[in-house]
Amino acid sequence: MTAPDLSSYPESTAVAGAPVLHVDDLHVEFRTRENVVNAVNGVSYTVSHGETLAILGESGSGKSVTAQAIMGILDTPPAVIGGGGILFEGRNMLAMSDEDRRRIRGPGISMIFQDALSSLNPVYSVGFQIGEMFRAHRGTSRKEAKRLAAELMDRVRIPAAAQRVNDYPHQFSGGMRQRVMIAMAIALDPKILIADEPTTALDVTVQAQVMDLLKDLQRETGMGLVLITHDLGVVNEVADNVAVMYAGRIVERGTVDDVFTRPAHPYTEGLMKSVPQVEVKGGRLQPITGQPPNLAKIPSGCPFHPRCARRRLGAAALPGRDCAVDRPPLRLVVPGREAACHYSEEVLGV
Amino acid sequence: MSEFTGATAASEASDVGSALPPAPPPGEPLLEIRGLKKHFPLTQGIVFRRTVGHVQAVDGVDLTLRRGETLGLVGESGCGKSTVSKLLVALEKPTDGSILYKGRDVAKMGGRALKQYRREVQIIFQDPYASLNPRMTVGDIVAEGWSVHADIAPRKGRLKRTQELMDRVGLNPDFVNRYPHQFSGGQRQRIGIARALALQPEIIICDEPVSALDVSVQAQVVNLLEDLQDDFGLSYLFIAHDLSVVRHISDRVAVMYLGRVVEEGTDDEVYGAPSHPYTQALLSSVPLHEPALRGQKDRILLQGDVPSPANPPSGCRFRTRCWKAQDVCAVEIPALIDRGQGHPAACHFAEARQVVPVEAE
Repeated sequence: MTAPDLSSYPESTAVAGAPVLHVDDLHVEFRTRENVVNAVNGVSYTVSHGETLAILGESGSGKSVTAQAIMGILDTPPAVIGGGGILFEGRNMLAMSDEDRRRIRGPGISMIFQDALSSLNPVYSVGFQIGEMFRAHRGTSRKEAKRLAAELMDRVRIPAAAQRVNDYPHQFSGGMRQRVMIAMAIALDPKILIADEPTTALDVTVQAQVMDLLKDLQRETGMGLVLITHDLGVVNEVADNVAVMYAGRIVERGTVDDVFTRPAHPYTEGLMKSVPQVEVKGGRLQPITGQPPNLAKIPSGCPFHPRCARRRLGAAALPGRDCAVDRPPLRLVVPGREAACHYSEEVLGV
Repeated sequence: MSEFTGATAASEASDVGSALPPAPPPGEPLLEIRGLKKHFPLTQGIVFRRTVGHVQAVDGVDLTLRRGETLGLVGESGCGKSTVSKLLVALEKPTDGSILYKGRDVAKMGGRALKQYRREVQIIFQDPYASLNPRMTVGDIVAEGWSVHADIAPRKGRLKRTQELMDRVGLNPDFVNRYPHQFSGGQRQRIGIARALALQPEIIICDEPVSALDVSVQAQVVNLLEDLQDDFGLSYLFIAHDLSVVRHISDRVAVMYLGRVVEEGTDDEVYGAPSHPYTQALLSSVPLHEPALRGQKDRILLQGDVPSPANPPSGCRFRTRCWKAQDVCAVEIPALIDRGQGHPAACHFAEARQVVPVEAE
């Protein structure tokens, strides 16, 4: 594994009110025998106390790989962190020993996954699995851990928690299993909770319950929430800020209100137009043409240009802004909004 | 038996020797489901298997699919919507009730008539990764149906027909010898659509056809399905849990809960004036995309989980989670009728209530 250049990161600068988690120019690639898949190509974001940041993107956009890199649960190899840093309260997690990182997972950052059934161990009771957090991190006794587990199950609104603490994962419904996962994730009062598609496998009525629960817990504890999803509706209803990812890069970032009302990147604009909405009986959908790119062969210039309706190539492009040649950086377009498009002003109409 | 195909769709010319009557004109019922039930036995024991109960997956469903329309069927997982689709393509036998296709009972069909029915009612599955044989080329997959229904495509012209179909669904016809793993999810779903089209069906059952696709690709497939419907005069039964997609594509919508249809109507009736408490709760849970509409809708949060279909509540199946439930709900099964709200709803206390803010467009 190549060691990233981390000399530029300060060791500890934890200041009150400072952002809790800062991902800085992260690169992750998967090296296989045939090729190199560039899953994350320079992603930076910051999550502050009490903030909900949505990472919006399709499959293969790198949103989950970024989260796995933060948690340190990528399989290395084949994954290689090619550069960048992940700073938790100012300390670079990539430079830490495994033991130090382990101390952050749980009380610092924790994560919940899409598929609660495969994330839970089928041969242990849910109470035992939740209690494991206390036993492993705090050395709590088995009996006390189980009592705390029951309390947590009650807190995530699992009915009759005291009776169900000895039940096994298969005895719970999908929504209840996801609550067990949430109970496990919040057990040690994390400062950051990463939720990777927490409701994608759930029905809409259950999704609404689980999202409400996450918001309530956030209000109680003030944790920062990183919500990884492809659902525009969930982003709109839950998040404060949104970062839109495409081909391993953030292509647009801003408050949800701004981005959803007036997108500044053609990909965001295309997503908004292609998704039917329940409140509108729209006419024909306007799909984004083509397929998401192969991450082993990311197009030159702007990765979105082969699918972009607004692209400008060759003579039509402004100097140094040919969409097929020049890679657009993520830049400030209007105050509070960044986009990685040469022609964001046109998309915005400013 | 008739050789007269009437005013059916283009390319629908090989009805010669059909074992089924010709298709009725647009707007006429093509498929009628009456009191359809499917109960799966629950067994215990290995040597001496005994039945200890039944999962009432579908319990008395009435639906009508008219010619040329799209009927949306929505509901949450476990409500029985996929069982309905399996019953319709005769992959499962109904426990009770009947499916009438062009006026004839499918259960009583045999031999040639059943073969013809299976040709005319095709299905597209949810998972384009699991529903295509990885060892067959795209050309073989699309043309496979013709080995059973050889009259549709003469042996000589099959390659050309396959390539025409691939072109029609937006696949490069040069890829006819490629294998499914060489295609993306959206392209695979197009292969599934081409396979269904190859047999010149009247009806395509779309069982969650876009649920497994990325959002930017979903719209491409939805638009393709709409185009094909216009070109070939197809009727769709569109089964999905995504209420937004169903509203977009459907002319009429039926909402299912625990094996029964609880509400039915045009898309505007069901989405604009939902009358069954379950439909209201379901619609109110759908997150909206407009920041301006955030917080403007009534959120109805349902308590608890869906009861087990092996032991459903008596009377109205929704009563255990319903805020309107009275004593009568536990005793009497509410009929799916219009109680003054303009369209049928299976609730004793049905009352239209707008839960999704309507945006003028």
